[in-house]
Amino acid sequence: MNLDSLTHTSGEWLRGSGPESDIVISSRIRLARNLAAFPFTNRASTSQKSEIEALLRERILKLEITPRLGYVNLPGLSNLDRQFLVERQLISRELAAAEGPRGVALGAQETVSLMVNEEDHLRLQVMRSGFTLNEAWEQIDQVDDMLEQRITYAFSEEFGYLTACPTNVGTGMRASVMLHLPALEYTKQIEKVFRALQKINLAVRGLYGEGSRASGHFYQISNQVTLGKSEAQILEEIHSVIPQIIRYEREARNAWLRDNRQGLQDKVSRAFGTLCSATMMTSEETMELLSYVRLGVNVQLVGDLTIPTINELFIQTQPAHLQKLVGMSLDGEERNTARARYLRTRLREAGVMPN
Amino acid sequence: MKCQFCSQPATVHLTKIIDQQKQEIHLCQDCAEAKNFVKHQELNLPALLQNVIGQFLDPHLDELSRLVCPVCGIRYMEFRTQGRLGCPHDYTVFRSGLEPLLQRLQRSQRHVGKSPRQGPAPTPQLIEIAQLRRQLQSAVDAEAYEEAARLRDLLRSKGSHG
Repeated sequence: MNLDSLTHTSGEWLRGSGPESDIVISSRIRLARNLAAFPFTNRASTSQKSEIEALLRERILKLEITPRLGYVNLPGLSNLDRQFLVERQLISRELAAAEGPRGVALGAQETVSLMVNEEDHLRLQVMRSGFTLNEAWEQIDQVDDMLEQRITYAFSEEFGYLTACPTNVGTGMRASVMLHLPALEYTKQIEKVFRALQKINLAVRGLYGEGSRASGHFYQISNQVTLGKSEAQILEEIHSVIPQIIRYEREARNAWLRDNRQGLQDKVSRAFGTLCSATMMTSEETMELLSYVRLGVNVQLVGDLTIPTINELFIQTQPAHLQKLVGMSLDGEERNTARARYLRTRLREAGVMPN
Repeated sequence: MKCQFCSQPATVHLTKIIDQQKQEIHLCQDCAEAKNFVKHQELNLPALLQNVIGQFLDPHLDELSRLVCPVCGIRYMEFRTQGRLGCPHDYTVFRSGLEPLLQRLQRSQRHVGKSPRQGPAPTPQLIEIAQLRRQLQSAVDAEAYEEAARLRDLLRSKGSHG
């Protein structure tokens, strides 16, 4: 599978479409599965990991999914390409950093990705744009059923799907929704939302998962509990809470517009102006400024720019993406220069001038 | 309530008691971080869960600490320090330790939800295969190639259980 063909697109989850896509970036479901007659990945020898990989790869590539999945062997990739897949959320940071035989099967549209020899032998993932958890569940459930006909999963009647970490056992399911919450963060109400979510056993994380900071005001909300609740119950719990958070964010945006329209306009315009004219730009600053511009587009303070274009700038200015676009490896300072140049060019091409 | 140092809303509330004198301080997150009252909060729930697994004190620890999985060879205490189990069979072997832990982590001890359409796999056969795989690995590590070849043939005769 040729990764370079992905470089110039932004991937399914940043397509910027689907229900509530002004606030909900993407919906994602992950299932953890293991082979019954092998030790878990952390306890498997290199030759056992090879055996597991060969077996799963063969079964996965026989799946009748359209478009067909391509398999990428991770040890054969450069660090840059592995990082590139992490930035696109097609593989986890853990899989990128792990050692030994491992890989990922990807669909051309980047909705389906199946990781082999992560913490569990198999991690299935489906990711879609907008608030589309139910569609994501239907798709992943179907892929899981098809695989299960060819693989003996580790499963017990009592504990469900058996996983390396007891925090995943049962359904093995982690469902998450990624939200863009700049107004709740700006008005410092976000902490309250987090506390309320934690009380009902939902976890909040940053853009790139475990331990990552919430850069660009992006937050992932996911279920914490995987045992004792059915998939439908878990999905329903998330489904019932997300519309409330969306409503709080919309209220916070409206209040900001009502009470301090000039202040918000200034924040958005300054962000825009900096993106159009800076000559050095870190990834962190880019995320922050693009976040305000994205907010500006959503509340109609910025005209000529579309959400898909901004989403694309979010992903293309990530370190590995930027280096693949430029076609060479760059150190930190060179990246900041290249990033600023890329942003200036793209925003001018879009024919946009700051208000 | 407003922060005592700036006009932002106060979200951190501290109570100091010195010589039986009570003093209350109200700060916003930024001032509290700047004054080192609270650490910048990284959202890292799995790491917190890891701590729960490591620190969970169960009443039968002595008994549990002697348990070893006959299939993958992991000891119960290894699981407790690493937070990761060694193979699917550990859920049976370490059951008495896992159940209270699951209750605490997951607030439940029983699966509700999807199950494989084929039904559960025939367990004794799978355990035998997993054990043979481990013996094969030990034979290869010890360069006992005749034994390894014998085990490999035996495994093949058991059929492919993915």
